[in-house]
Amino acid sequence: MLLRYRGSEGMLAWAFHRISGVAIWAFVVLHVIDIYLVGGNPGAYNELLKIYASPIGRVLEATLGAALLYHALNGLRIIVMDFWPPLTRWHKQLWYLCWAVFIAVGLPVAYIILKPIWEGTHP
Amino acid sequence: MQIELRILRFDPERDTAPHWQTYNVEADPKFDRVLDLLHRVKYELDGSLTFRRSCGHGICGSDALLVNGRNRLACKERIEKLGRRISIAPLPGLPVVKDLVVDMDGFFESYRSVMPFLVNDDPLPARERRQSPEDRARYDDTTKCILCAACTTSCPSFWSKEAYVGPAAIVNAHRFIFDSRDEGAEERLQILAGDDGVWRCRTIFNCTDACPRGIHITQAILEVSSAIVERRT
Repeated sequence: MLLRYRGSEGMLAWAFHRISGVAIWAFVVLHVIDIYLVGGNPGAYNELLKIYASPIGRVLEATLGAALLYHALNGLRIIVMDFWPPLTRWHKQLWYLCWAVFIAVGLPVAYIILKPIWEGTHP
Repeated sequence: MQIELRILRFDPERDTAPHWQTYNVEADPKFDRVLDLLHRVKYELDGSLTFRRSCGHGICGSDALLVNGRNRLACKERIEKLGRRISIAPLPGLPVVKDLVVDMDGFFESYRSVMPFLVNDDPLPARERRQSPEDRARYDDTTKCILCAACTTSCPSFWSKEAYVGPAAIVNAHRFIFDSRDEGAEERLQILAGDDGVWRCRTIFNCTDACPRGIHITQAILEVSSAIVERRT
């Protein structure tokens, strides 16, 4: 039913929130593992850092940044509506505002993360 | 205008699973609504088609259906908005009795669980229990519910857990919780603070979007949540 029901912006906002939440959780698991490697196996940790700095690693890092940013902004949107329920009447506009901030903040961050790929300065 | 009408059909005496059946019907997009097309199919093409409807004017709430992937009242949804291909299915999340008719016992059980009636044990006044226009306005929006179940059955939280009381029950609780004449708010808030109460709302807004009466359902749910939090503090 989830895929068959044609909800509007509210349902999309929720779906993206869930997907980004799962992505962040997956990164946290990976992060726990890589931090463990610092003490457990420094050689493997260094190899992992090389993967993080590779073009694919940077694209994944930018995706993680996007997931974090969206989850944070939409989380704020939900908190704001929780505290002031009449704002639910403008939930779509609040979602568009989230996307505006997402683009304004996300694009420069993505540029900084991805720049070494086309500059050829990644390891 | 020719409309290709796809209807999800299920006869428990013959079918093992629901299946889509297509009918081509003539419609006047300016005047016809989905209910008119269903009548045309039943009266002229296939008398076995089963669906609920009573008033046909958006008041009784009998004919809520899944129309082109969204919960809508068949008697209010204009063909003009829907295009030449229309799909109609029973309300999602409720057991299908036959074709477009769903079993609403669970829905009404949830509704009754929130005590949707005035609680006031004070002696009856000589005339009516008076209320200022401001106090009446506080819950005006939630008096409009027609219990069509379009909201509750559009909610992903309800799809994943049928025990969730759902938006319709919360709307009807809101109508009395914020009524200055009522004295049962404490008990209702206690019911709605439970595992299957307001905290299952994920602020998805499908309910608000589906409501044929334009009730700001998510706002009502969040107002009830706030009342629960304020009661605790």
